Amino acid sequence: MHSFGYRLNALLTLGVTTLALMCAMASFSDNFNHPSPSANVQVMNVNWFHKQSSGNDEVSLTLKISADLQSTFTWNTKQVFAFLAAEYETPGNSLNQISLWDSIIPSKERAKFTIHTKNKYRLIDQGSNLRGKEFNLTLHWHVMPKTGKMFADKIVMTGYRLPVDYR
Amino acid sequence: MGWIGETVDSIRSIQISQLLNQAVSLGMIVTSALIIWKALMCITGSESPVVVVLSGSMEPGFKRGDILFLHMSKDPIRAGEIVVFNIDGREIPIVHRVIKVHERQDTGEVDVLTKGDNNYGDDRLLYAEGQLWLQRQHIMGRAVGFLPYVGWVTIIMTEKPIIKYILIGALGLLVITSKD
Repeated sequence: MHSFGYRLNALLTLGVTTLALMCAMASFSDNFNHPSPSANVQVMNVNWFHKQSSGNDEVSLTLKISADLQSTFTWNTKQVFAFLAAEYETPGNSLNQISLWDSIIPSKERAKFTIHTKNKYRLIDQGSNLRGKEFNLTLHWHVMPKTGKMFADKIVMTGYRLPVDYR
Repeated sequence: MGWIGETVDSIRSIQISQLLNQAVSLGMIVTSALIIWKALMCITGSESPVVVVLSGSMEPGFKRGDILFLHMSKDPIRAGEIVVFNIDGREIPIVHRVIKVHERQDTGEVDVLTKGDNNYGDDRLLYAEGQLWLQRQHIMGRAVGFLPYVGWVTIIMTEKPIIKYILIGALGLLVITSKD
């Protein structure tokens, strides 16, 4: 009845169950955090703006991104993945989302930042619709936990407009 | 030696009814595992609800050996989501983040571009030749949950099959010789 196998089995079961329960509780505790991040993005310069030989518009921007994502960190947070996406509608596409810049934030101390950057990924339209185009810049963040459920949210910033002419 | 002798004796002393009993309980274990897996498939809507991370392309978020829980809903795919996708001609699915989305006005079809957080460039080099975008049918699910290290069990078992056979043998022996 109380053989070695039984004891080992009971010990293993208890260990795994306890671990699983602790992971579930750590993940659940994230629900009590109500973050209130802030963000501000300015388009400092339109570096160049042209139509590719393929017929698609491409633009290069210099951006100033300030954000404070410190409140998204909890004790179960491994890192926060933040990215800025340009979002706009065209006659052909109901939604275009293009990531312009992203960063892995490894700790709370580094979650408040201001940077000047050119767009890290190319802003290319599917077609030639970018002249005078109004677009949103959205700061998204994805919270990657040490264990459990992942969280994501965003701040939408409106009212940006591309130049009417190529340059 | 004593333990092995006892084990052999207990195997010899098994009655037919006991043998049947054990076969049924073994069957129960196998079928309940299958039921849980199939139920997960139904709930998550993904053909593989759990995947093991095999490469370091999403480090430091996901390391080799971590487990991801997938969910496949009707919701449209959006930038920033971590998706699992299959490329034609590649056996192993890839887990990467969506960085660009273009959604058609009339049909609602999407063009998606992905990138590994730890990779320098986007995934066009990994896609099939001439493929610029992923479509809906390539995507198996999006990652919603995360559990570290647990996937090492399967990685070790696929890379060192001998350990798998030893483990299955030991468990089988345990089931056969247990009497309760």
